[in-house]
Amino acid sequence: MATTETMTLNMGPQHPSTHGVLRLVLELDGEVIVKVTPHIGFLHRGVEKLSEHRTYHQILPLTDRLDYLAPMSNNLGYILTVEKLIAVEVPERAETIRIIMAELTRLESHLVWIACHALDIGAMTVFIYAFRERETVMEIYELISGARMTSNFFRVGGLSQDVPDEFVKKVSDFIDVMPGYLDQYEGLLTTNPIWLKRTVGNGVISAEDAIDIGLTGPALRGSGVDWDLRRDNPYSGYDKYQFKVPVGENCDTFDRYKVRLVEMREACKIVRQGLDRLKPGPVLADCPQVCYPPKESVYNSIEGLIHHFKIASEGFAAPEGEVYHGVEAPKGELGFYIVSDGGNKPERLRIRPPSFVNLQAIEQMSLGSMIADLVAVIGTLDIVLGEIDR
Amino acid sequence: MAENNRAVLKLKEKFTASIIDVVEFRGEVTVTVAKESIIEVLSFLKQALNYNLLTDLTAVDYLGKKEERFMMVYQLYSIPNKDRLRIKTPVAESECRIPTATQVWKTANWLEREVFDLFGITFDGHPDLRRILMSDDWVGHPLRKDYPLQGPDREPYKGRLS
Repeated sequence: MATTETMTLNMGPQHPSTHGVLRLVLELDGEVIVKVTPHIGFLHRGVEKLSEHRTYHQILPLTDRLDYLAPMSNNLGYILTVEKLIAVEVPERAETIRIIMAELTRLESHLVWIACHALDIGAMTVFIYAFRERETVMEIYELISGARMTSNFFRVGGLSQDVPDEFVKKVSDFIDVMPGYLDQYEGLLTTNPIWLKRTVGNGVISAEDAIDIGLTGPALRGSGVDWDLRRDNPYSGYDKYQFKVPVGENCDTFDRYKVRLVEMREACKIVRQGLDRLKPGPVLADCPQVCYPPKESVYNSIEGLIHHFKIASEGFAAPEGEVYHGVEAPKGELGFYIVSDGGNKPERLRIRPPSFVNLQAIEQMSLGSMIADLVAVIGTLDIVLGEIDR
Repeated sequence: MAENNRAVLKLKEKFTASIIDVVEFRGEVTVTVAKESIIEVLSFLKQALNYNLLTDLTAVDYLGKKEERFMMVYQLYSIPNKDRLRIKTPVAESECRIPTATQVWKTANWLEREVFDLFGITFDGHPDLRRILMSDDWVGHPLRKDYPLQGPDREPYKGRLS
């Protein structure tokens, strides 16, 4: 009697469609997936351990390197958690700029997502287009922080510096043209028969299963759960902005694609509202125990220099206690949990990365489909290994 | 106030004996319960009070600071009610194990593997308890406080030279 055996296939860690160093061990029956075993940790840098040995200001650059496609969202999540712990009020201008940058970061992250997702499925043109627009966002990053990716721009209590004068025009021009570009992507994909064949009915996960396995962000909204932290637990002044939260119906890759596209359009609207609200004013809280002094005072007075030295070397002591704060990062809920023992370094800093939890759903979403569909599932989960492995 | 929190009221009613502590800090409510009843408490919160999303599960090492060395931390979120609750339970070093929460939430699977990997806490009844971030042959648990920052067999970290 003839017998059938399953075959084990190794995919990654060096594989173009695993978006980094993800290794998947697949068990295949012909070309149908019977089992998926993800192996992660190739990019583990011990950020949580390192954080226990750094002051609160020194941890900030480490957070840039978690989800390196959306550095400002990570900065925002961390900064808001520390501000909650030490209870600092942030000036309105700083909050507005933070929201503008967080939404531009959402655009940037989703642009990389649509580019890579489409490339994985075989639509190369979108990749080139989306990276062109992403370049503009990186130029805005460079304009305000000097770095294209690892921005390190926010500070506890506000921002590291005010934005230059060209900022408003540059962002405004970008937001004006961006919806037109989104129409272009939609023209290339939404009614494209190949795209539809590859995404409709792929990677289906019901709302109950999605919540049970902990999906958050666009991946959860694609399954029809109407939940967005920006609207439901507003932080950093999001309650003053009007925006829609898109929700999918069919729980598949195509719906998650539509949800993310609407999110990009809404992000443009939030940035526009932010620009309209932008009023002159301070960008750093008046809280000398915590915040760095202005540069003019550091360069021109001994008191300023001593102040700067004290903040840079010793940092500030945070009250004893523990706080958790979650923000709606482009990929889902990014949470920071800080336990403080009253010292200038956290006793424990825990990062709740959205990609780590979302990746767990990969087996459930791809069982019984073909290898090529698994590639679409990886794309639709929108993972970044930098924050999975930390 | 913490006493009026909807979950705290119900928990005090139902699990009077197991509640060790209720704290509110910066608007966040933390309930510490005994290890023996942790799964009962979590299932009750999920089923009766709609805390349907396990946002995060982690541990904290209080080496030399508390009687029981580890503290397990469960961050819960209720999507229908949009509120958070933190449940903690102490785990002693001498008996470094706790029942798994995987039958309550599937999310707990990888999160518990991570705690097992980095803290060395064993989860009884876990379906697939393996290391997740470190390699399979790694010795030690890096997030424990007595694990050196530079890794084993290296000169200890003396702070930045500059």
